[in-house]
Amino acid sequence: MPDKALEPVQPRMYRYDEFDARFVGERVEQFASQVERRLKGELTEDQFKPLRLMNGLYLQLHAYMLRIAVPYGTLSSRQVRKLAHIARTYDKNFGHFTTRTNMQFNWIRLVDVPAIQRELASVEMHCIQTSGNCVRNTTADQFAGATDEEIEDPRPLCEIIRQWSSLHPEFVFLARKFKIAVGACAKDRAALQWHDMAVQVVKNAQGRIGYLVMAGGGMGRTPYVAHVMNEFVEREDILAYLEAVLRVYNQDSRRDNIHKQRIKILINTIGPEEMRRRVDREFQELKRMGTLQLPREELARIAAYFAPPEFETGLPDAIPDAGPDFADWVKTNVSKHKAPGYAIATITLKTPGQVPGDCSSEQMDAIADIMDEFSLGEVRVTHEQNLTLPHVRKKDLPAIHARLKALDFAAPNAGLITDIIACPGLDYCDLANARSIPIAQKIARRFENLDRQHQIGELKIKMSGCINACGHHHAGHIGILGVDKKGVEFYQLLLGGSGAEDAAIGAIMGPGFGEHEIVDAVERVVNLYIRERKDGERFLDTYRRIGMEPFKNVAYREQLYAAHTG
Amino acid sequence: MAKDLSGLQMLTANRLRSGDVLYRKGGGWVPLLKDGEVYRDKDAAEAALAAATAELARNEFVAPYLFDVREVDGRIRPVKEREIIRAAGPTVHPHTGKQAGQYHAG
Amino acid sequence: MSLTGNSFMPLIRVEGGKPRIATDAYAAVADDAALPEGAVLVSLARFRKEREQLLARNTPVGVTLQAGENPELLGDDVSRLSLVALEFPKFRDGRAFSWARMLRTRLGFTGEIRAVGDFLYDQVNYQHRVGFDAWLVPDSFTPETFERAFHEMTNVYQPSSDGRKTIRDLRAAR
Repeated sequence: MPDKALEPVQPRMYRYDEFDARFVGERVEQFASQVERRLKGELTEDQFKPLRLMNGLYLQLHAYMLRIAVPYGTLSSRQVRKLAHIARTYDKNFGHFTTRTNMQFNWIRLVDVPAIQRELASVEMHCIQTSGNCVRNTTADQFAGATDEEIEDPRPLCEIIRQWSSLHPEFVFLARKFKIAVGACAKDRAALQWHDMAVQVVKNAQGRIGYLVMAGGGMGRTPYVAHVMNEFVEREDILAYLEAVLRVYNQDSRRDNIHKQRIKILINTIGPEEMRRRVDREFQELKRMGTLQLPREELARIAAYFAPPEFETGLPDAIPDAGPDFADWVKTNVSKHKAPGYAIATITLKTPGQVPGDCSSEQMDAIADIMDEFSLGEVRVTHEQNLTLPHVRKKDLPAIHARLKALDFAAPNAGLITDIIACPGLDYCDLANARSIPIAQKIARRFENLDRQHQIGELKIKMSGCINACGHHHAGHIGILGVDKKGVEFYQLLLGGSGAEDAAIGAIMGPGFGEHEIVDAVERVVNLYIRERKDGERFLDTYRRIGMEPFKNVAYREQLYAAHTG
Repeated sequence: MAKDLSGLQMLTANRLRSGDVLYRKGGGWVPLLKDGEVYRDKDAAEAALAAATAELARNEFVAPYLFDVREVDGRIRPVKEREIIRAAGPTVHPHTGKQAGQYHAG
Repeated sequence: MSLTGNSFMPLIRVEGGKPRIATDAYAAVADDAALPEGAVLVSLARFRKEREQLLARNTPVGVTLQAGENPELLGDDVSRLSLVALEFPKFRDGRAFSWARMLRTRLGFTGEIRAVGDFLYDQVNYQHRVGFDAWLVPDSFTPETFERAFHEMTNVYQPSSDGRKTIRDLRAAR
């Protein structure tokens, strides 16, 4: 056990100054006052609902659910321990990491929320705008600041966006939610093209760094991939541009049909050309006004918080040999780091049979210890419901693996078929049509054999319990959507989606499968891929080559057989 | 799946302060579905909903709604999976929720 | 019948930086009602139909815009109005926040921007920031209510029509 007298390691990340602290503190008291007014009846539920949503509080199937913001997925060990404490004290000893890199607690009482939010504020955390029709948590690549693939760390811009969008007076009553992501690599680990708005850090022909802005991506009932709005926005103009997009959205979006109120609908109705024109008009005006100009010094000031840590030099560059289990884990869960002697380690919260993305309070505390001892006090949450230790020394990998194994978090399956994304589904969610977690667990068990997983290779299964698509099923190589057929749970299969830089919308295969058929159907689909694939093809590549028909035929084989013989 | 035509319904809501799931019984609420009142016809069900709606101003509970139930082997069971799960607790965490005895009698 | 709801609702206006109960000098006039003497508040539709007569009257004219009515529809006449009332059909409909901001910036409107319709205490601070300076309110709202609403959050991150210093400005001034 590590020496408990050690102070938690403070990672390089944004730290609140007195203004940020006061802001969050006052927001907490504002909500506490709203809760009191609700309890006294000075606010009706209809009036209270948008206020509690903008403070992260949902009413779900069994209880209130509280969603805590994890800005750009970054957490310190101190913050993780606080989350563990909240899980123990106010909930049932566990929390859930979401596809927007936030943390959710499922059994919260309304009357406890002010106390919880005060505790969160003490470690520079909050629940501001994690729900509601406003700008939500801005997310980034979980390898930010550690990978050599990025032009620069995207998180300083994320922090600037977080501040600019927090209680923006004009944009707290948008037509619908608004999700922003920032990327800085050619490889997209943050699903940028699926966001309402996304910023990609780019270099122009002169080598100057600027931002490509896209908008209009989104999941839900009508999935869309984003359109480019501006290929190159200068650094100092980025807030003006983002505000221009939001303003056009707030002004011009429909308000008459809740299913048609995301920005993706606006852009696809008026067309990307027209959207660019409207945005540009606002943008030029904002530039002239100058009030949103982002000075070089401000960007540098924020970036300094995220400066790379003092990496040790002279470290061994080879990953030690520590047995076959460890070697398996390294194969999938360890990625290249920009500093010699270092690596990035992924903790998949997807041990077959586990609830995807769940973490108990004991596990959180243990991870906090691992963070302090091995990862410079830092962890990242990924949009695939996993965790990443961004800065670990290669020589420490065996020790880390052993500690994760003790937590049952050492599944060597990052990016493999058992690394499934699943929303909480009907087990927890008021909006769901079907359960997703038990199906994810069954699929993971079915494919548990590691040799088989490697034989299959990269295959991202994403599962949602309803059309709201919180499990990102449209972006799954295999997507599964839970539907309600006369009160019974059915599951539709989608194929060919992607949340990476080759973003694509999954195609619906056909009628849904029952609870006892879906796992077999998935297996038949996977087996067909194995039979049909050409050299080096991932599932996605084979699907793109041969199309839906062959998969459809095998998936419905049982029904076809019954139809022919019955 | 044949549609259930029995017309039996119950009324559920959540306690405002805690979020606990409640079932209507008479003019009050109980924590367990098995103790809740079953409305045998549409009029009775709608009257119950109307009464609960009128009581919203007490700020004790929120979001009342009716749902279908049926009798199976002498016991009342919800028709929809959603209500079965809501009455018992999450199927993936059987140690939590009403199925695990985690509820207040009052 | 009043366009803006109960004509006995108090009007609260910010004057000299402070919210006060104010007299409503305007008569809100329905589209088919005769125009009384004095200041009038009419719908956009009526204004477009009768703009000459209205502007020739030499008394203040105000226009009420519905949530979907972009203030640019007023054209150059904006400068001849002394009041624009922005309707909130439902508090969730946040378009009027952008309309108020547009009136203050692009359209340079310096008259009264009044919030009417369904809005919450919890919105008045945002409304004030983007350019509203008057509110037609239910009785439960008092000037003290507004003072409290304006001061729940001491500092702000982003610039808006109110020209308030942002947290970035305050940091730089340290």
